[in-house]
Amino acid sequence: MKVDYVLLILGMGIVTYLPRWIPLILLSRRQLPEWLRQWLDFIPVAVLSALILPAVVTTGEPRHLDVFQPAFLVSIPVFIFAWKTRSLAGSVIIGMALFWIAGKFFH
Amino acid sequence: MENIHVDGEMRTEVTILDKENMRASHNFWPVMKDGITAAWPICVGYAPIGLAFGVLAQKAGLSPGEIGLMSLLVFAGSAQFIAVSMISGGAAAIPIILTTFTVNLRHLLMSSSLAVHLQRLNAGWLSLYAYGVTDESFAINMTRFREEPWDWRRALVLNHTANLAWLFSTIIGGYGGQFIPAGAFGIDYALPAMFICLLVLQIRGSLYVAVAVIAGLLAVACALFFPGNAYIVAATAAAATIGVFLRKWNGKASKSEETL
Repeated sequence: MKVDYVLLILGMGIVTYLPRWIPLILLSRRQLPEWLRQWLDFIPVAVLSALILPAVVTTGEPRHLDVFQPAFLVSIPVFIFAWKTRSLAGSVIIGMALFWIAGKFFH
Repeated sequence: MENIHVDGEMRTEVTILDKENMRASHNFWPVMKDGITAAWPICVGYAPIGLAFGVLAQKAGLSPGEIGLMSLLVFAGSAQFIAVSMISGGAAAIPIILTTFTVNLRHLLMSSSLAVHLQRLNAGWLSLYAYGVTDESFAINMTRFREEPWDWRRALVLNHTANLAWLFSTIIGGYGGQFIPAGAFGIDYALPAMFICLLVLQIRGSLYVAVAVIAGLLAVACALFFPGNAYIVAATAAAATIGVFLRKWNGKASKSEETL
């Protein structure tokens, strides 16, 4: 292993671990105020949506809007499938299959 | 008739007892079984994503050992993808580490949210738990904590099962990746598909739909106007804040929703 890469990976590991660790240590032993509990309750739905939507409706560098790309078009049936079945593995398999098929039409 | 009636009653009693036992069960095997069962859909998603990562990392010049070390020490899919593309672009270590930090800053919000369910756990276990906080394990564990008998032991088994799946699939990708053509089998869509289902699992009423829509639109707007990845944390924090105010204004309406 190259020393440069090991040091780089070590640095990446530390800056990734700290934001995961600090809130657990600080917040798990105290009674949180009601507004903060409510705020934290919205985090899962908000963060997942903020991760997905830009990933499927924007492309390029610098980013620009592109709604008619396979990633977004496939997202619609995958969303419906996930809503009906609540199956994580099923959604991944259906999504990959549809995206693969869509790619053949788009290229 | 009477016998059947009694029989039916007994059966319901047994199932109630079973549920109580399950809640109390800290035995090794039931905990392992529950955690691994809940983790397997994540593993199904990680396998193609990990293979894809291994392929890219190998092409960027990382050895399987270095790929494994990164999966072990960083364990964050999207940040690892970005780091590898920066390495192949010839970026220096400090910019890569800073980018990793901003991409993974969202875990700060996830760990804060998880802390509510991990009260009274000692620092050692919390430190081990923190290692396994990813988008996927976070979303599944939060759903389980809310909906069924679930505890930190099962959550911890889930985290580490997912970690093993990630570790092995990325290393295998590093060894055998050159045999998989780019874009084959829709591999690039495994991560978005998993995120879509994880999002669906978090929706528990119209207020959550509203917060999801606001977060998504804000994130797209910020992503279009600003470079980098700060849009994820910014849009998440803003949408959650709006959600708190929406709940306040809705008052009773949202309370009846919560019991649904």
